Amino acid sequence: MDTISNMSDLGVASSRVSGITENSSVIKPSRRQFLKTSTAAAGVLALGISAPIATRRAMADTAAGESSLIDIWLTIDKNDQVTVAIANSEMGQGVYTSMAMLVAEELEVDWNSVHAAAAPAAPAYKNLMFGMQATGGSTSIRWAYDPLRAVGAGAREMLIQAAADQWGVPAIECKAANATVTHAASNRSLRYGELVDVASKMSPPTDVKLKTPEQWSILGTSAKRLDTPLKVNGTAEFGIDVQVPDMHIATVMACPTFGGKLKSVDEAPALAVKGVKKVLKLDDAVIVVADAYWPAKKGLAALSPEWDRGANAGRNNESYRAELLAAIENEAPVAHDQGDTVAALTAASEVVEALYEVPHLAHATMEPMNATALITEDGAEVWAPTQGPGIIQRVAAGVLQIAPEQVKVNTTFLGGGFGRRFEMDFIVQTLLAAKMMGGPVKLIWSREEDMKHDFYRPASVSAFKAVLNDEGYPTAWHNRIACPSIMSRVFPNSVKDGIDGQSVEAANELPYAIEHQRVEYKITETGVPVGFWRAVGNSQNAWFVQSFVDELAAKAGIDPYAYQMKLLEGHPRHQAVLKAAVEASAWSERSASKPLGLAVQKSFGSYCAMVVELEPDVKSRLKIRHISAAIDCGIALNPDTVVAQIESSIVYGLTAAYYGEIDIEDGAVKQSNFPNYPMLKLEQMPAIDVAIVNSGEAVGGIGEPGLPPLAPALTNAVFFATGDRVRRLPLVKAGYSV
Amino acid sequence: MSYELNINGETLSVDVDADTPLLWAVRDNLKLTGTKFGCGVASCGACTMHIDGQAVRTCVLPVSAVVGKEIKTIESLSDDNSHPIQQAWIEEEVPQCGYCQSGMIMAATALLNNKANPTEKDIDSAMTNICRCGTYSRVRKGIHRAVELMAAK
Ligand code: FES
Ligand code: FES
Repeated sequence: MDTISNMSDLGVASSRVSGITENSSVIKPSRRQFLKTSTAAAGVLALGISAPIATRRAMADTAAGESSLIDIWLTIDKNDQVTVAIANSEMGQGVYTSMAMLVAEELEVDWNSVHAAAAPAAPAYKNLMFGMQATGGSTSIRWAYDPLRAVGAGAREMLIQAAADQWGVPAIECKAANATVTHAASNRSLRYGELVDVASKMSPPTDVKLKTPEQWSILGTSAKRLDTPLKVNGTAEFGIDVQVPDMHIATVMACPTFGGKLKSVDEAPALAVKGVKKVLKLDDAVIVVADAYWPAKKGLAALSPEWDRGANAGRNNESYRAELLAAIENEAPVAHDQGDTVAALTAASEVVEALYEVPHLAHATMEPMNATALITEDGAEVWAPTQGPGIIQRVAAGVLQIAPEQVKVNTTFLGGGFGRRFEMDFIVQTLLAAKMMGGPVKLIWSREEDMKHDFYRPASVSAFKAVLNDEGYPTAWHNRIACPSIMSRVFPNSVKDGIDGQSVEAANELPYAIEHQRVEYKITETGVPVGFWRAVGNSQNAWFVQSFVDELAAKAGIDPYAYQMKLLEGHPRHQAVLKAAVEASAWSERSASKPLGLAVQKSFGSYCAMVVELEPDVKSRLKIRHISAAIDCGIALNPDTVVAQIESSIVYGLTAAYYGEIDIEDGAVKQSNFPNYPMLKLEQMPAIDVAIVNSGEAVGGIGEPGLPPLAPALTNAVFFATGDRVRRLPLVKAGYSV
Repeated sequence: MSYELNINGETLSVDVDADTPLLWAVRDNLKLTGTKFGCGVASCGACTMHIDGQAVRTCVLPVSAVVGKEIKTIESLSDDNSHPIQQAWIEEEVPQCGYCQSGMIMAATALLNNKANPTEKDIDSAMTNICRCGTYSRVRKGIHRAVELMAAK
């Protein structure tokens, strides 16, 4: 195995980017990065962006003839083969394709000649919106938009210059198209492959001119996904598929209660299972190592570990819920304040109030947590479906007491991420197991382990108070939220004055013209580990806010569309997507036989509105007839991917709204697998139309913005159909059959 | 115990306990990793293979029960993505993360082998696999497209 294993998966056999070495000729000092070349032994033009801090090889080359892609973003070989290194993790959202498109557009090559390869972990691949190499927050394209286009343009300029030099003509007279430089006046042309040798010895340009969107031929089109061919024949390599010579396979059981510890375990019953090699005891878990997964699983099932169940052992749904509800009884740290909300509430003759609640949710990625690790004297090598290769380097360095550069990370395809694979728990377990075994170990979690030891979407409660004017529009808005804080664990320095920005996102920046506004938030730990779940705080706060606005519209007796459009004055992008979604729906025929609801939310730099139409007989079975979605992500770089991500977000959000609830019983998660944590199925899939509103504004995210408006549009439709205001999810627990 | 299995037209032998699910014998012993593990309780369909032409969830199917039967995995469809289902899946850009897709494709292929022109209801009841990425609309479209491609052949 080597870092470019995914490259060979993608059919890149000839140019395994062998012998790329770093070149010190750093030319262009921009604020954050520099374009740079690397000298490739085999006459390959390799262009990278150097990190602000100089970077060295992550690890010595693995074997003769094979080297690591260290900070190379683009290589072009003598056969015109173009390979783009993908720094972000491909978990379905399409980054292999969209990031490669950014380079290919400026490079002037045919899309069919472009390949993608997973980049290793190295500082040069830092996600500049995070400051580390990690994928999440719908940031990939937002951070890579300029740098990757600059890489493509830089290479193009160098190839043009190489040809111009060879012909003795001014570069300005030459043109690049379809991987060929031509000089029309003298009717000469050279393929890129014929120019890479010369170009690789040149200095990259200090300034590059990027195309305008009108000049694009790849960006803005639904270019075919580069990973699809691998995903229809079983050859795409996920973490669970990794094969390392002499590898053992292990599975794990952690203390069922959060924060509990392993007291003791009799290893004998596991060791009696044929194929079991060893029982490993961690502080809080037991790992059984075997020849294969099945004996490991059987071995683990044979054990009866004694646990010290810890401080959370007495927790259950009722106790954490009581804590959340108690927390919103009192004044809490202020996340947003304008006007004098308290005075406005006191003076009002009538205050509209509502209390909303959502439960903890599991990610349930389709591929259960897993990783593979090998620890040697020189360092460690990790193969993982991870959203944080850069984080793995740091964490592994800490666990093994080595330098981060000694940790080589191979990011495989991810069988779903949704925020779960940002976490390092399964990586640390794998590293410890590999260390104890003194050889390579692949650790695979069972689905049950995956469900019981997630970092859950926080349970949250949200209390609203509003005052309406004579026309029925709000003049005062008071919102108090209580939920556990993710950032307090992950990035504690970002929590200031008791406010975790992620806990209040979508609640503290209302696009509405309301004179008095106050949003308060109380960090309330529930004893349940919480983490980033698709759309994070937006996933619950958009539901709360968009439901309550719908309540206010109903109270005022005004059509929710007209009500929202008025409140959204001065926010044209919100208005435009809402209008587009409504116009694509049956809103004008909204009636008992056509019950509809709507919602609109900005998140991750994009604006999304949805209108949900239900089948009329909601009480006997809640069934969605149609969803109209409209999305403004600035510029839709690959419209088909944009549509796919909206569809995906709808299914993820719908599953949560219908079924999603993690129950806590005696300090542990009650759900264990899909039969008791059900998922939306094909048969329930509504018809979806997605309208793309190309505003031409800054590029926004697309992996998450489709999720926040779904649940409120759905429950607002339920209200219209039934008069029942759903204030607590999931719907199956509110008496609906789906 | 050693078992002789007829997999993708070849006779392959695996040395495993009798209760070992076919899924794990195929993945860990035969290193055919195209078929995936999602739940282990016959609930998600990630592990779907064809047993004598029928779509079967192999995470709960012991090796001892499939001796003498014709087993087909995702790897058997074609060498070059030329199977109409694969073509349709590529045309419609069905996969996202792709993890469920081997199972989806095997379920869809079995459906089409049994019914050349399935109705929406047939698709609803045959395609009960879980996809966390929510590719369901495209799975449906992909099946319809495959029907056209197969008819044109
Ligand atoms: S792994 Fe077999 S059905 Fe889920
Ligand atoms: S494509 Fe990701 S689970 Fe189906």
